[in-house]
Amino acid sequence: MADRRDRGPAGRMSLIWPHRADGMSSKYDVLVIGGGNAALCAAISARRGGASVLVLEGAPKFYRGGNTRHTRNMRCAHDAATEILTGPYTEEEFWEDLLRVTGGQTDEVLARHMIRESKDILNWIVEQGVRWQPSLGGTLSLGRTNSFFLGGGRAMLNALYLTAERLGVDVEYDAEVVDLVIEDGMFLAARLQRPVRGETEIRATSLVAAAGGFEANIEWLKQYWGEAADNFLIRGTPYNRGSILKMLLDKGVQEVGDPTQCHAVAIDARAPKFDGGIITRHDSVVFGIVVNKHAQRFYDEGEDIWPKRYAIWGRLVAAQPDQIAYIIFDSTVVTSFMPTLFPPIAGQTIAELAGKLALDPAALEQTITEFNAAVRPGTFDHTILDDCVTEGITPPKTHWARRIETPPFLAYPVRPGITFTYLGTRVNKEARMLMKDGKPSANMFAAGEIMAGNVLGKGYAAGMGMTIGSVFGRIAGREAAKHARN
Amino acid sequence: MHGTRILDEADRLMTVCNSCRYCEGLCAVFPAMEMRRAFSDGDLNYLANLCHSCGACYVDCQFSPPHEFNVNVPKTLAVARAESYAAYAWPRPLSGAFARNGLVISLTAALSMAIFILGFAALNDRGVLFGVHTGPGAFYKLMPHNAMVALFGAAFLYAILALVMSVRAFWRDIGTPIGNRADGGSIFQAIRDAGELRYLHGGGVGCYNEDDKPTDRRKLYHHLTFYGFILCFAATSVATLYHYLLGREAPYPWWDLPVVLGTLGGIGLIVGPIGLFAAKMRRDPALLDEYSYGMDVGFIAMLFLTGLTGMLLLVLRETAAMGPLLALHLGAVFALFITMPYGKFVHGLYRFTALVRYAQERRTAA
Repeated sequence: MADRRDRGPAGRMSLIWPHRADGMSSKYDVLVIGGGNAALCAAISARRGGASVLVLEGAPKFYRGGNTRHTRNMRCAHDAATEILTGPYTEEEFWEDLLRVTGGQTDEVLARHMIRESKDILNWIVEQGVRWQPSLGGTLSLGRTNSFFLGGGRAMLNALYLTAERLGVDVEYDAEVVDLVIEDGMFLAARLQRPVRGETEIRATSLVAAAGGFEANIEWLKQYWGEAADNFLIRGTPYNRGSILKMLLDKGVQEVGDPTQCHAVAIDARAPKFDGGIITRHDSVVFGIVVNKHAQRFYDEGEDIWPKRYAIWGRLVAAQPDQIAYIIFDSTVVTSFMPTLFPPIAGQTIAELAGKLALDPAALEQTITEFNAAVRPGTFDHTILDDCVTEGITPPKTHWARRIETPPFLAYPVRPGITFTYLGTRVNKEARMLMKDGKPSANMFAAGEIMAGNVLGKGYAAGMGMTIGSVFGRIAGREAAKHARN
Repeated sequence: MHGTRILDEADRLMTVCNSCRYCEGLCAVFPAMEMRRAFSDGDLNYLANLCHSCGACYVDCQFSPPHEFNVNVPKTLAVARAESYAAYAWPRPLSGAFARNGLVISLTAALSMAIFILGFAALNDRGVLFGVHTGPGAFYKLMPHNAMVALFGAAFLYAILALVMSVRAFWRDIGTPIGNRADGGSIFQAIRDAGELRYLHGGGVGCYNEDDKPTDRRKLYHHLTFYGFILCFAATSVATLYHYLLGREAPYPWWDLPVVLGTLGGIGLIVGPIGLFAAKMRRDPALLDEYSYGMDVGFIAMLFLTGLTGMLLLVLRETAAMGPLLALHLGAVFALFITMPYGKFVHGLYRFTALVRYAQERRTAA
């Protein structure tokens, strides 16, 4: 199918895109760099605002859309239950959740604006062809707050692309932007390196930068994480290299967000280096213990209900030697969590399991013996913060602590899986980028992960990335078109 | 490990999909998958036959090729489905008929038609074969009614026996975990789901065929084909009742019920198969089980031939072409019947059976 798809819009493009003899293409009203949710919402919104729009996606068509291909839901405020949402989720409650997960590190004006706009996105995104469905099996905890995409993130993207193309938005794939021409906070042109036709300059009246973060750029990650970053697995495509973000910051755009912050979860160590997506995750932490390469526990596995503390385990594992850890449990809990892509590694004895994991058998036996001895009797219930606790060990396990004693003994090796980074470009309510001197750019807008740090100083709650993408994408497109028309 | 490579692959895919579940809103396959953590041969054959091949999960999947996880559910289940027909075929020695099905079907059809023509020619003199016959009983000048009933009755009964035995084997194999008793409510639900092709809809927007735009019209063509077939069957049944209950002999005038039903059905059986064939020719090879090409096209061709010869017979029944056309039509219908248990026709029964099982699982889970 891939070859046929590639013939579609790209083939059409060369017909409708007039190239001048000097190699300069005609000027677009709005240039959108990026190809995910934020980029497409911006493109559609700009096109609906009357602008001519070109979308430059750096990835090949199959990998278009960056992290959006791996998403599955969006968090939007709503005052009443809907066909797919089980109850109301007010603006105030959304704000409180955001305040809690970020520990207050958010721009209140922007965040409240986003939350208010998110209410309308629930309908707007449907008008762009995206379809909702109730929360997926195993995600009941999100049934009230999050709207799920029927068919997942790639289905959502496909719908947005079909709509954009139908509206007359031009899309080019494998289109790597290698330089931006910016003068005094004013975007003039983008230099594009095409695989076949070579370098071209594309001019546009407004720019929307929606090209994501730098999570796939290991060298950049190393600036903050050192050599440990070599052991990180990247959950999305290898194309999220942050090159546009870097160009913008180098050319005078004000930065926002902590560069060391990223969304990282513990994913299976057997996952591919890039693009393993959601299916490599493990939600079994609360059912066992987690040890490092020295077979030592290092954090309270029962701190909170999945998925609330889901996103801390990436950073915890990243802080362990060699960035590797092992979730260890026994055969009694195998069916308590979602089936996994990679099967657990099994041993009839702790020592056999340790051998397969290349851990010191004596050390693992001792860790489990001490843990088992510390487990106090309680009534196990994984749906609440139950009373199954340990006593007398450090770190404790404060809920769901049960002895690991029924063979076969099982383990998942895990590594940090980086989802996205928080460093971004500062924007205002119009999604307009602010320059280092605090002045708004004349014609540059940003949406999605590239500016998520404005709202998310740290922490995360499911579906917020997509909310930021759709809300600010729509605003950026509208404002960029408005600027182009004036 | 399973008995075949395709079931191993189907197992691998269901393990991938069960850890993702993004597609659970698209059709029945994924919710059925979620009710399991491990997959037996029977489970996989059940899921394979539950799949209507709408292609949506392929277009929507972030792990479809060229991704290294290489997830292609429609194609894998299409191959598994075709292999399941052979696996459950009765009697066992004839399961080989599925392997080179296109050839088997076309040879059977050609032979049947030739035998009818030669038979007519041998039993009747040239004057009768190429004569003009009109009025009640005209067809039976070429072949006595009782002979026709005996021959087609036997072929029909054999087809029913073989189909029942095959579907029974399938039903038993997919029985776990909820047992082999079907309830009326589930059967009714399955009739509705099959009758409206509920799961041939790409999750609501339509199916995918040649590209990533949901523009596929297979649902419409399938409806024309299926309901065309049903109408033709009804036409024959009504005519049989006329013959035995009312003593009225075919051919009937154009406005009479058997002819009206047969004409509408015949149009469906001509237009529907053409549409299905055209869709198959355009279909993205990535979604297609190329090994079953002969079987699929063979069945489409048999339905088309049945419709076409029937319609020609209707139009030309008062000319000298009636004799040869009747032979061709009877040959086509005969071949359709006796190859039914060993060709694409079975897909409807297996899929219906899977839908009954699915309706039952839903009721049990609810």
